[in-house]
Amino acid sequence: MESADGVARTLPSIGRLSRGPPFGRAHGRFGLSPSGRLLPPAPRSQENADPQKTAFLLRKQWTLYSVTPLYRFSNAHLRDYARLLSAFIAAEKQKGLAVEVGVELAIKVAVSSLPDLKGSDQDQAAILVQLSSRSPASPKNSEEKLIWSGWFCCVSGDDLSENVAEDFTCLPLFLANGAECYTSIVGSWFQKTFDCCFRRLAISPLNLSWMAAMWTGCKVDKTTSAMELVFSVPCLPQPLDISYAIHPEDAKALWDTVQKTPGEITQEEVDVFMDCLYSHFHRHFKIHLSATKLVKVSTAIASAHCDGIIKFLQSQYLTGVLMLLTELAISQIQ
Amino acid sequence: HLATSLPLPSERDHLRPRIDLIAFMIDIKSKYSLKNVEASLAHVDASFFLGKVCFLVTGVGRVNYCSVEMNAIWKLGEVYCSPVLFCELELEGIRVATAQRLVRMLQICAGHIPGVSALCFGSLMRNSADD
Repeated sequence: MESADGVARTLPSIGRLSRGPPFGRAHGRFGLSPSGRLLPPAPRSQENADPQKTAFLLRKQWTLYSVTPLYRFSNAHLRDYARLLSAFIAAEKQKGLAVEVGVELAIKVAVSSLPDLKGSDQDQAAILVQLSSRSPASPKNSEEKLIWSGWFCCVSGDDLSENVAEDFTCLPLFLANGAECYTSIVGSWFQKTFDCCFRRLAISPLNLSWMAAMWTGCKVDKTTSAMELVFSVPCLPQPLDISYAIHPEDAKALWDTVQKTPGEITQEEVDVFMDCLYSHFHRHFKIHLSATKLVKVSTAIASAHCDGIIKFLQSQYLTGVLMLLTELAISQIQ
Repeated sequence: HLATSLPLPSERDHLRPRIDLIAFMIDIKSKYSLKNVEASLAHVDASFFLGKVCFLVTGVGRVNYCSVEMNAIWKLGEVYCSPVLFCELELEGIRVATAQRLVRMLQICAGHIPGVSALCFGSLMRNSADD
């Protein structure tokens, strides 16, 4: 199978992650990317998925981690896990790893399942962990304030779940919002209890440009914010960031002329799209954006930063974005 | 001799010594460098592609900075029948090892090693591609 002829179009079953012979020589270490990807199906009408349930995930900044499969994790014991985690946090605070100076806060842990966030039936339901604090001054009128949330999910992670043994649960993507100290406490509890490993998930400029192309093509109802790309210029004495904003309709019009097969995207199409944007910029400013590093992509669907930070903006495309992030998490694990 | 792109300026043609090896450097963090190399390849005489050209890909230590798609680089190596070497210039050990490899290749291309010629690179490439 040669990569010369837009592979993904003729063999949709190969689809997203191509790990067969054509990539045999290039190792995963070298930022391997598939030559084509299937687009997530158009948002289905919300018969089973209630947008209200996942609305709290939108418009928050989530830090991404990849997680290796969890050993002996069970959906039936979520309450026990909440109890154990809460005891662990209390113990850590006792040890003097106090997270907030001064005020003593009682931390309540809630672990729940989000069954709507999955791609296929083989995926594990997403697991949500929330830390809320109740000020001890008024224990009865418990105004619980949510101080930290984190959730594990797996959307269309068949590549991973097919290859693991029975006792393992595959939830390769972890998203955290809140203070870093809580993230590390919760993370270390999970690592100790389920023998897994968390790693920050960074997004390479190549993958960011995929996201820019994929998300530009998505139909959004209302008038939306501009598409913005932020570039960082290397090798300068003072750091320089270039922000390139494009009207969303112009970007969509450009993408529509580039994309040939609806439902699939190839690397060539992404390259052509980005090259058009770069050459337009070069014509006006005489700067070669292709020599800089793409660090952030913001569209109406979502915004992603290369340090592994994501913000979801549209609930109908939430699963689609999660599918892409799951793929990145899986390739970091393997 | 170091150049940012080809063709080389014609003014100094008569002073230039014979060129035995051309190493095209592609920085994996810069798509621009790949485009530059692709444009420069057009200016190279066909006889160089019998083992006197190689592609040197730098910056491979950091996967998360990758702006260039690996397939494009492999394809370049295949189309031009030239070896692709990977290195990370920021690490001294790898830098030194890569320099030694290039010097060795240069010695072969210049004919200083008896019994081995630049044409051998081409046949080595073909064998590994057929596996």
